[in-house]
Amino acid sequence: MKLSATTKRSNLVNLIGSAVLFAVIMALSAAGIIDRYLQGVLIIICINIILAVSLNLTAGCLGQLALGHAGFMSIGAYAGAIFAIYSPLPGEITLILSMLIGGAVAAVFGLLVGIPVLRLKGDYLAIITLGFGEIIRVIMENLEITGGASGLRGIPNNTNFTTAYWVMVIVIAVHFTLMWSRHGRSIKAICADDIAAEAAGVRTTYYKVFTFTISAFFAGIAGALYSQHIGLLSAKAFDFNRSIEILVLVVLGGLGSFTGSIVAATGLTTLTELLREFSDWRMLVYALALILVMLFKPSGLFGRYEFSLTRLIDRIFKKEKGSKPSRGPEKKLPKKEDAKV
Amino acid sequence: MSDKIILKTENLGITFGGLKAVGDFNMELREKELVGLIGPNGAGKTTIFNLLTGVYQPTEGAIILDGQTMNGKKPHQMAKAGICRTFQNIRLFKGMSVLENVKVAFGQNMKYNVAQGIFRTKSYWQEEKEIDEKARELLKMFHLEEFAGNLAENLPYGQQRKLEIARALAGSPRVLLLDEPAAGMNPTETAELMESIENIRRSFDLSILLIEHDMSLVMGICERIIVIDYGMIIASGTPYEVANNPKVIGAYLGE
Repeated sequence: MKLSATTKRSNLVNLIGSAVLFAVIMALSAAGIIDRYLQGVLIIICINIILAVSLNLTAGCLGQLALGHAGFMSIGAYAGAIFAIYSPLPGEITLILSMLIGGAVAAVFGLLVGIPVLRLKGDYLAIITLGFGEIIRVIMENLEITGGASGLRGIPNNTNFTTAYWVMVIVIAVHFTLMWSRHGRSIKAICADDIAAEAAGVRTTYYKVFTFTISAFFAGIAGALYSQHIGLLSAKAFDFNRSIEILVLVVLGGLGSFTGSIVAATGLTTLTELLREFSDWRMLVYALALILVMLFKPSGLFGRYEFSLTRLIDRIFKKEKGSKPSRGPEKKLPKKEDAKV
Repeated sequence: MSDKIILKTENLGITFGGLKAVGDFNMELREKELVGLIGPNGAGKTTIFNLLTGVYQPTEGAIILDGQTMNGKKPHQMAKAGICRTFQNIRLFKGMSVLENVKVAFGQNMKYNVAQGIFRTKSYWQEEKEIDEKARELLKMFHLEEFAGNLAENLPYGQQRKLEIARALAGSPRVLLLDEPAAGMNPTETAELMESIENIRRSFDLSILLIEHDMSLVMGICERIIVIDYGMIIASGTPYEVANNPKVIGAYLGE
C-alpha cells in the first residue's frame, strides 16, 4: 500500500506544519508581540479563510457562480448565536455545538435553494443566489428572534484563536480530502465539461446540489465562529457586498486552488487592517489589487496550483542529497494544505 | 457474434419545433456486432446518438436495451445501463490528468460514501487502489500509460480521441457509440484506430455503433451499415450492398 503510506507521511507533515505555526503564534502572543488586537485580526483571517475555501468549492471546483455565500454565513451566524445565547453549557462546548447547528441550518437552506436553482447555469444561477442572499438579509432584519434591525446583542464571546485556528485547519483538510476522493473527481469533471461528465455516468444534478450544500455548511460554521467573536450581529454585515468580498478572495487566489484562497484571504484581510486608518482609500487599493492581478494573471494568483509542504520538504531534502533528480512516479497524492495564518 | 439483440429502436423519432430531425428509425444491434451509421452532413446521425444516450428525449418511438424500455432515462442513467459514447468534438475533462479522466468514469461504479472518502477509511484505500490499477491497465491498452500524469488537454489530437474511447470503456458499456472517431486523423492514425476498434471488440464484450465519414474505415470494419438522410433510413445492409445502392449514391452525390 505505497499510496496510503506516502499519504500518511504527508498527513503527518501537514499536521506538524499546522502545529508548528500554531505554536509560533501562541509563543508570540505569550511574549506580547501579538496583542489582543492582532489576535482578533488572526481570528478574522481564519474565518475569512474558511469562507473563501468553502466558496471555492462551488465557484472554483464545481465552476458555478454563486453570489449568496454571505447569506449562508448569516444563517449560520444567527442560528449559532441564538443557540449560544440560550445554551447553559460551558463556552467551548457551546461554541462547537453552535458551529454544528449553524452549519447544519445553513446546509438545509443550501439544499432547499440548490435543488431548484442548480438546474440553471451561469448568469441565472448568479442572479438567483444573489437574490437569495438579499432575501435572507431582509428576513433577518425583520424577525423578532434575530433582534430585528437593531441587531442581535448579548452573544457570548466564545470564539478564541485556538478554536478558530483548528476549525480552519480541519475545514481545509476536509476540502482537500473531499476533492481527492471519487466525489471530488466527479465535481471536477462537471466543472470541466458537464455534458461529458453526464455521459460518463456522473449524476451531475446530484453532485451540484451536494457541493452547494457542503459549501453552505462550511459558510454556516464560519458564521457561527464570527458571531461569537464579534458578539453582535446586524443583518447589514451580510449584504451583497459581503458575498462579493468573499468571491473576490476566491477569484484573486485562483478558482479551484485552495492554496490561492488561503493566501488571498490572509493577504487581503491583512491589507484591510493595515489600511484601516485610511478607510477612504481602502476600497481603492482593494480594487487596484484586483485589477492588477486580473490584468497580469487572469487565472488568479495560483491558478489551480496547490502548495504541498511535503513536496517542498522533499525538494529541499533531495537537493542536499543530490541523488534523485526526478520526483519518481507522477502520482499526485492527496495533500492537506499547511495552514497559513 | 451471437444473434441476441442488445439494443433496438422502434419507430424512434424526434421533432424540434416543426422540424422532424429523425423519424421512423428502426434499428437492431446484436451482441458483439459492429454497425456503421453513415449519411450526409445534417442527416441526423448525431441526433440519433443523442437520443440513444438520453441527451434528447424521443418524441415518438422507443429505445429498448436488452428488453428494457429506456425512454425518459437521463444520460447518466443510460451510461450506467451500459450505453457509453464518445463525442464528435472531443470532450475531455480539461485540467484533469489522463488517469483522472478515466477514473471519473470508473468512479461511478465505486461504493465508498462521502464520509468514507473524507476520513479515508479502509474501503477508500482499497477501492482507490483497485481503480488506480484498473485505470492504468486500460490506458496501457491504448498505449497511453506513459501519459497518465499529463493533463488531458496536452495530449496530441489522435491520443485525445483514444483517451475519449478509453474513458467510454471505463464505464463498462454493453453498447459503445463512437461519433466520428477518425475525424481529423491522418491515414496512419486512422489505420491504427481501426486496429484499436477491432481490439476493443475482441477484448470487451460489447457492440459498437459507429458514425464515420471516412469510408475506408467504415467499409473496412463494419459488418453492417445503416445509411440515413433527412432523418430517415434510406438503406441498410452489408458494406457492399450499401455502396452499390442507387439511393445512397444519390444521397451523397445528388441525383
